[in-house]
Amino acid sequence: MSTQMLNSSPGGTQTVIVCQGTGCVSSGSVKIFEELVKGIAQEGLAAKIKAKISGCHGCCEQGPIVIVEPEGIFYCKVKLEDVPEIVASQLKNNHPVERLLYKNPLNGEIIPHYRDIPFYAKQQRLVLRNCGHIDPEKIDDYIAVGGYQGLKQVLAKMSPEQVIEEVRRSGLRGRGGAGFPTGQKWEGCRKADGDIKYVICNADEGDPGAFMDRSVLEGDPHSVIEGMVISAYAIGSTEGYVYVRAEYPLAVKRLRLAIKEAEARGFLGKNILGKGFSFQIHVNEGAGAFVCGESTALMRSIEGKPGKPRQTPPRSVEKGLWGKPTSLNNVKTFACVPVIITRGAGWFAGIGTPKSTGTAVFALTGNIMNSGLVEVPMGATLREIIFAVGGGVLGGKPFKAVQIGGPSGGCLPESALDLPVDFDSLDEAGAMMGSGGMVVMDRDTCMVDTARFFLEFTQAESCGKCVPCRIGTKRMFELLTKITEGRGVAEDVEILSELAEGISTTALCGLGQSAPNPILSTIRYFRDEYDEHIKNHRCRAGVCKSMITYFIEPAKCQACGSCRRQCPTDAIEGAKNLIHIIHQEKCVKCGNCVTACPPRFSAIKVISGEPVPAVLPASERTLVRTKGEK
Amino acid sequence: MSSGVDLVPLAPVLRNYREQATSLISMLQEIQKIYSYLPEDVLKHLSQETMIPMSRIYAVATFYAQFYLKQRGRKVVRVCRGTACHVRGSSLVLNAVERELGIKDGETTPDFEYTLETVACIGACALAPAIVINENTYGKMTPSEAAKLVSRKEKKE
Repeated sequence: MSTQMLNSSPGGTQTVIVCQGTGCVSSGSVKIFEELVKGIAQEGLAAKIKAKISGCHGCCEQGPIVIVEPEGIFYCKVKLEDVPEIVASQLKNNHPVERLLYKNPLNGEIIPHYRDIPFYAKQQRLVLRNCGHIDPEKIDDYIAVGGYQGLKQVLAKMSPEQVIEEVRRSGLRGRGGAGFPTGQKWEGCRKADGDIKYVICNADEGDPGAFMDRSVLEGDPHSVIEGMVISAYAIGSTEGYVYVRAEYPLAVKRLRLAIKEAEARGFLGKNILGKGFSFQIHVNEGAGAFVCGESTALMRSIEGKPGKPRQTPPRSVEKGLWGKPTSLNNVKTFACVPVIITRGAGWFAGIGTPKSTGTAVFALTGNIMNSGLVEVPMGATLREIIFAVGGGVLGGKPFKAVQIGGPSGGCLPESALDLPVDFDSLDEAGAMMGSGGMVVMDRDTCMVDTARFFLEFTQAESCGKCVPCRIGTKRMFELLTKITEGRGVAEDVEILSELAEGISTTALCGLGQSAPNPILSTIRYFRDEYDEHIKNHRCRAGVCKSMITYFIEPAKCQACGSCRRQCPTDAIEGAKNLIHIIHQEKCVKCGNCVTACPPRFSAIKVISGEPVPAVLPASERTLVRTKGEK
Repeated sequence: MSSGVDLVPLAPVLRNYREQATSLISMLQEIQKIYSYLPEDVLKHLSQETMIPMSRIYAVATFYAQFYLKQRGRKVVRVCRGTACHVRGSSLVLNAVERELGIKDGETTPDFEYTLETVACIGACALAPAIVINENTYGKMTPSEAAKLVSRKEKKE
């Protein structure tokens, strides 16, 4: 796709693209874009150089990102004050600003073109094909890269049954997590009895640590709209909804704009492309409830009621929104549809593995070098994603675990790194494709605390309708809290496992059934950490406050006072040339001293499960400086 | 009906309801846009005008995290508690902000200057740990930097 983009700039003109995904916007890319536009005008370059915005380019770690096409020159961590130099040097004289180019962290080598950066080079972008390349607020940009061709093709020469057959042959499975075959769902809905049928796009991406759906909506909203219209045609629906988190204001804004533009061009609304088929899309903003990502709860919420799931069957394809047959798919599923039509089911099925075709999109985050949005063929291994694309663990620390699938998923250890990423392998290993968050955890992450973190979330988000989830998640959360606070007893792990098994088999909906996964997977792979917490009161990661002590190593302390000034409770005593000590009775374990202590000293040690050395009396704490220090 | 809450801005919300049968959630979202929270008197008025029982309004308003039944501060501080932020130390950031403002998650300072909240994820994971103050995102926070941002000792923000 990117090569197609490269050739698309007419007559030697250049385009400078400023990423305006959420990550880059958060670090100031809106002003950078304005400044660039101003600079281009002032230098009289407007005829030759076009400036535009794009959605998320993926390499959020390096944001704000500015790209110059067709060359693909990649500027990272751009600041407002860098703009004049980019204009004067790069845009005016075609001379790249070297200091802003990407440097390979491994060898310091400068990589000017983003296609050569390992982060991008190892990816295959299908769902994200246009993200970061086109202006999401201009429909012509989407059309220029082949947008709405799939829809034209469908309406011109395919019957609804042929569309369903094509999607079925592609092997496309739902990208929302469960991996249900999309063609089968559409067919079920088409065959269901009913005068009115609905198509719903689930964009209620509530999983902490996931932002793929948002990035697609922000970066390429028309691909989702096109997918929905094709789906509606296949099913026989005239009305659809996009249910999107209200916490995603930018996605909502761009989606609404895209719907208006698509209507104005006849791709949406009445009598689409003059072929007699009509379909309209409503945007429904969620109001902050994780459970609404569950399809039956989501439909209740669109109806204006509290979003509580219901028992299935009847399945939604028979009795969904307002009791009518409803087909619900995830944002990324819809985004796949137009390319399946234009490039063919065979092409799509050729990517990935036989049972999980196509690509997988992940938000790669946590203790990782390159946080960002990545897309790889299904079947790529975790190791390839984390190390080849993600650049490995942040700060070169040892890898401990990778959490996949958010609160419904699990934590996998190093031994699982060669596992292929597809729906079934992850399921077997105790994780889940889930919504696609992939959080890398280093040595300093406590696995018991991680399980507690997810249960804190699920018990708060439980809708309360069924007993196993309402009470069960709370009990599990209490047990995990007890263990992390050093009050755990030997039986607790057994009780946890038993509860977890019970809840996963008896809860009403997916939220409850999968809520125990973070516990089950951490017990399965990191049982020794549970035992250490309970038996030795030791948190090897130094996270659980009740079992850690901060201690200043006298041999390392240089009495610089940094920690003392940052301590909120005046627990640190010391003076110039007097080695500092911590008064434990005053310490609230806020961790300020650890971050305040200059890395070249690293004098603050986190002790857990072992005796804390006695502090030296003041008379022995006078600092003796060695030569060369002051 | 006498607490001084201006009910005039409610008129278009009710009109939309009558003409287009807007859902209760959408109406509450609109009301909150107008008043920045859901004042009890406004909800009572809504109930009378739409014949939707107060119990149903209350059920919806308390089910969804985005509805507030209490007035909030001029500055809303949201500490991101997404997974990426969590593994990069956001609980310590939250503690620091709580200590600095003297309030806990979900509370508002008595002078209505600050409301402190946590959010499940703001999607700026590359900037973890992140906090949001009104519309501005601050990334790669340390506990002491976060405390400084909301410090009332010196002017900041």
